[in-house]
Amino acid sequence: MIISENSHTATMALLPSFRTIITRFYRPTKPPPQLIFSSLLFPKKLSSLFPLPPKPQPLKPLASTRQETSFVSNRDERLVGLGSVNDGGSIETQSSTSTIAAIVTSLGGPPAAVGIVRLSGPNAVDIAGRVFSPAKKKKGFDSGSGSWKPKSHIVEYGVVLDSQGNVVDEVLAVPMLAPKSYTREDVVELQCHGSEVCLRRVLKACLEAGARLAEPGEFTLRAFLNGRLDLSQAENVGKLISAKSVAAADAALAGMQGGFSTLVRSLRGQCIELLTEIEARLDFEDEMPPLDVNIIMDSIHAMSQDVEHALETANYDKLLQSGLQIAIVGRPNVGKSSLLNAWSKSERAIVTEIAGTTRDVVEASVSVAGVAVTLLDTAGIRETDDIVEKIERSEAVAMGADVIIMTVSAIDGWTLEDTKLVERIRSNMGSASIPMILVINKIDCASSACSDWVNREAKLFSKHVFTCAITGQGIHDLEKSILEIVGLDKIPAGGRRWTVNQRQCEQLMRAKEALVRLKSTIEEELPLDFWTIDLKEAALALGQISGDDISEEILSNIFGKFCIGK
Amino acid sequence: MSILSVHLSRLTRHHFPFSSLLFPSSRPYYHACAPSRRNLRFSVIKRFPFRCICSFPATNSIADRNRNVEVGEEKYDVIVVGGGHAGCEAALASARLGAKTLLLTLNIDRIAWQPCNPAVGGLAKSQLVHEVDALGGEIGKVADRCYLQKRVLNVSRGPAVRALRAQTDKREYAMQMKNVVESTPNLSIREAMVTDILLGKNDNVEGVCTFFGMNFYAPAVILTTGTFMSGKIWVGRTSMPAGRAGESASHGLTENLQRLGFESDRLKTGTPARVDCRTVDFSVLEPQLGDEEVSWFSFDPDFHIEKEQMCCYLTRTTKSTHQLIKDNLHETPTYGGWVEAKGPRYCPSIEDKIVRFQDKESHQIFLEPEGRTVPELYVQGFSTGLPERLQLPLLRTLPGLENCSMLRPAYAVEYDYLPAHQCSRSLMTKKIDGLFFSGQINGTTGYEEAAAQGIISGINAARHSDGKPLIVLERESSYIGTLIDDLVTKDLREPYRMLTSRSEHRLLLRSDNADSRLTPLGREIGLIDDRRWKIYQDKQARISDEKKRLKTVRISGGDLAADVSHFSGQPVKESSTLESLLKKPHIEYKLLDKHGFGNEMLSRTEKECVEIDIKYEGFIIRQRNQLQQMVHQQHRRLPEDLDYYAMTTLSLEAREKLSKVRPQTIGQASRVGGVSPADITALMIILETKRRKAQEVRRHQIRASVMVDTVENLSDTLTEAVGTHKCG
Repeated sequence: MIISENSHTATMALLPSFRTIITRFYRPTKPPPQLIFSSLLFPKKLSSLFPLPPKPQPLKPLASTRQETSFVSNRDERLVGLGSVNDGGSIETQSSTSTIAAIVTSLGGPPAAVGIVRLSGPNAVDIAGRVFSPAKKKKGFDSGSGSWKPKSHIVEYGVVLDSQGNVVDEVLAVPMLAPKSYTREDVVELQCHGSEVCLRRVLKACLEAGARLAEPGEFTLRAFLNGRLDLSQAENVGKLISAKSVAAADAALAGMQGGFSTLVRSLRGQCIELLTEIEARLDFEDEMPPLDVNIIMDSIHAMSQDVEHALETANYDKLLQSGLQIAIVGRPNVGKSSLLNAWSKSERAIVTEIAGTTRDVVEASVSVAGVAVTLLDTAGIRETDDIVEKIERSEAVAMGADVIIMTVSAIDGWTLEDTKLVERIRSNMGSASIPMILVINKIDCASSACSDWVNREAKLFSKHVFTCAITGQGIHDLEKSILEIVGLDKIPAGGRRWTVNQRQCEQLMRAKEALVRLKSTIEEELPLDFWTIDLKEAALALGQISGDDISEEILSNIFGKFCIGK
Repeated sequence: MSILSVHLSRLTRHHFPFSSLLFPSSRPYYHACAPSRRNLRFSVIKRFPFRCICSFPATNSIADRNRNVEVGEEKYDVIVVGGGHAGCEAALASARLGAKTLLLTLNIDRIAWQPCNPAVGGLAKSQLVHEVDALGGEIGKVADRCYLQKRVLNVSRGPAVRALRAQTDKREYAMQMKNVVESTPNLSIREAMVTDILLGKNDNVEGVCTFFGMNFYAPAVILTTGTFMSGKIWVGRTSMPAGRAGESASHGLTENLQRLGFESDRLKTGTPARVDCRTVDFSVLEPQLGDEEVSWFSFDPDFHIEKEQMCCYLTRTTKSTHQLIKDNLHETPTYGGWVEAKGPRYCPSIEDKIVRFQDKESHQIFLEPEGRTVPELYVQGFSTGLPERLQLPLLRTLPGLENCSMLRPAYAVEYDYLPAHQCSRSLMTKKIDGLFFSGQINGTTGYEEAAAQGIISGINAARHSDGKPLIVLERESSYIGTLIDDLVTKDLREPYRMLTSRSEHRLLLRSDNADSRLTPLGREIGLIDDRRWKIYQDKQARISDEKKRLKTVRISGGDLAADVSHFSGQPVKESSTLESLLKKPHIEYKLLDKHGFGNEMLSRTEKECVEIDIKYEGFIIRQRNQLQQMVHQQHRRLPEDLDYYAMTTLSLEAREKLSKVRPQTIGQASRVGGVSPADITALMIILETKRRKAQEVRRHQIRASVMVDTVENLSDTLTEAVGTHKCG
């Protein structure tokens, strides 16, 4: 494929302006053919001076006058029609067409009164419309239609709903439509309650509605790219971005505890080690002893497991962002409210009681080992005699949760109602198994009498914990059990600053898949060269996390390690 | 909408009369040239009618020059300095493209000499040879004609790393290439030592000046100085100025280039001793035979002429070899410390191997014939800097060589090179317009690396003198592209040899598809004639037809199915296509042949192509997608006038390195040593700012001019419509 330099870049750079010109003067039903470009570009007199040949095909420009150089890219005639990708400049625009979201107020310290989640991008209003329900249109407003049509710079009051339609927080929405915004794109800011939990849940709702988590500094970057910031400010952006790519990656890695950074580096090291062994045999055929496939397979297997492990730990970060939902179910008067209160009080989190249209639930937000946990309790439901209704509501709450806490009273012991409730929840769950914890509350009142049935019933649960909601006894054990169940117990204590972000997680997945393919390549006894393809892929993916590049490294390794060359 | 369509038709109509108008006017110029050129060009013109318009302005100047030649001045279109493997390819490419070319060499009898191992190809290098051949170069054809032995290396390690290596007859090779060079139209040869580059007013090259005071003029000059520029050979502590043993070095040119502002440095390479084969006891040595089925470098079957093969032999270093070297380390240039120039890591001297890898008890040594008519054996893997008096005793420590006699001692050679970051990827220097460098002057080693650069600089020099755009092979297009990209971006301080691991996407850059990657380009450039083009097209058609056939032909059960499930260990479904059988592990096309399902119309290599395309389709597609993903980013152009020192967001080292190398693309910038990913991000941000600012300005201008233009066009189309009406 030959691409001509000057005309190519010129056309690329001018495309946007053409678009405006063309849409202003004509309304073409199909994309304008390239032919008109030159005629539009050069006023008539000029174009007759320079007989610029139009380029109907990209293969032409080997000899047009204005170019200095023709570039020959990879092209294999035998591969024509083999899923080749078009070579338009589509990549460049890709990054800026997505809509990003992030919490833009600082997190970490004591909760502020107000925090802001910002959306920016072409779909910002759409996405905001999906999660935000204005208060004044409460009746008849269809939250799923995204039909919110805000006026720019007019504040609206309402609530944010998650994908199931649950109210997440009450907010002020501030729409700032393009170009009158920080990024010059459509921007919607949601002013939420300042607690981390609220903010994370609002953010999560936005991400579920189609936004992408913004990279550090990305709003500023967009502001800059869209011409909102001037050059002197741009330098700061530059620093910000470079901090992102290497320093931040390093800092993030260094900041992480539990050896994630060392793990990734050592994994990558192993990939390169293996590559070195293989490449040396490919480039210096007869001077090397043969490879031992079994040893290689073993080391690949070990690497896969390590990647798997890294992915597990990376899950923690996902939990950090999305939080855990825990439903507390149980008969009335077993101490659910007390439990909730005791738990949430200990964390000084906000308890909100929202009697919304969708459901009557009491929510409390607590933080367990840095993970935002939302407690959903049916305790606040108006007392009703209809036991079925009550169970149904409990079930509905339970089905949306990540963990269910089944509360019973140590005084009453296990009752028929408890059995009914658990059975119904289990049958509703079907194949999706939500882990359940049995909490035996009010243990202070009947500590000795309950061991029999506890031993019997506890087998049906993932864990069981004795608590006394009044004194707060057992809450800590409960938190521990939850962490164990969601697999966070392996994270060493104090791992609060984990920052495995989505991008790093993706790279880990990429490495994992590459290693899986590598194994099957070796098992199918494909030639040695094919082993390198996925091994390189894995090394590249891991290198992306640590910010390294493999190119020269293998070569110098080969020379350093083996005696080769004639 | 209506305006748009009228507009379009006006343009297309305008265009064709235009080209036909210019067409005849460009012909007289072609008449003035050699007939072969006219024919070639004519075919190109027929295929791309627009092209001739573009070359029109430039043709005048060449016609002028040609007229001057008749007056008796030494004026050429292209001058090639040096007649080695780079020089020959360059001169041939240039002359074949119709440029009047002069090849200046120190010694006509040493044209295309193989001063080191008379071998062509080998790992990664064979890809270069195939690629040069696919573009219309010569090295592959000559190697195919002069081979003593041929072997395919890495057969079982995958199609991308498979490599053909030929041991060649040193004298026959040089003679054949010399014949080709001598019989090529448009190409003159002259013995001369070039000492000065003649410059024009605009930092452009105007010609060269020789030691004896001759001036030769040309708007494009290619330097392929090899090891000759201030060359100095060493045997032990003794040295003498020489380009090769027995041939004088070239002096003065380095100083001249330095005065022009070029940076130069020293490199070192060496060649082992030659022994008399009549004094070697082959009975104790392991013979290394050539392949029974010979493979070929050239895609042109006219050059596939089988020859009787010779045998190579394998021996090993012994304890006494190692002891002798350890005892005399102080006598070697490197460890004695009197030669500082860096030698290649992948071509270490025997003392290097022994010192650096103490635990290895023995190293392989190959004995390879240098020709059918000479007794000389090349002792591969045994180059040394030891003094001559120790060399024979050292050779005699090798099994089989106990009583050998040495015909030529091993020696090292030091020479000047110009770090190639001073060239752009067209191989034209950044400083001097029209000056090209190729081969060892750019810091490479190897005939294949030289030839690869030679053909590119030859093509570009001819195009430059013709006022045409230069050609750059992108890194991912070929090994040639990878080679040149590495040379110009990495600040290399040791001789550069091609390796397959240097290519990031080598699965796409195989020997077998070198033609389908590059022959269309060769055709477009004008180096592939009609006969060769037809051969190429027929081959591609056969391959693609066969792939279609394998997709459609199905078998149910039978011997083939049984064999397939036996060899692959996988079940065969009822009614399987031949393609799906071929995709199974361990199943080769040969098995289809065996059961009568093969296609007899296809040659062995064509079957191989089909097999590779089908068998490894998944990998190939995956690598291709990876490539596509990175290409967009990597190919973003960097403006040439960037002031890196002013970019305070770049690290200091990046600012220095980028200012020095001046990469052309983002991808290149990222490959420059010392430039971190953070620097690249910062750089891209700066570029984006610039682009947006420029675009803002341009948008204003265009808006203004288009407003005027539309009004004009409108009236224009009206008159036009009237005009057409009249004609019709």
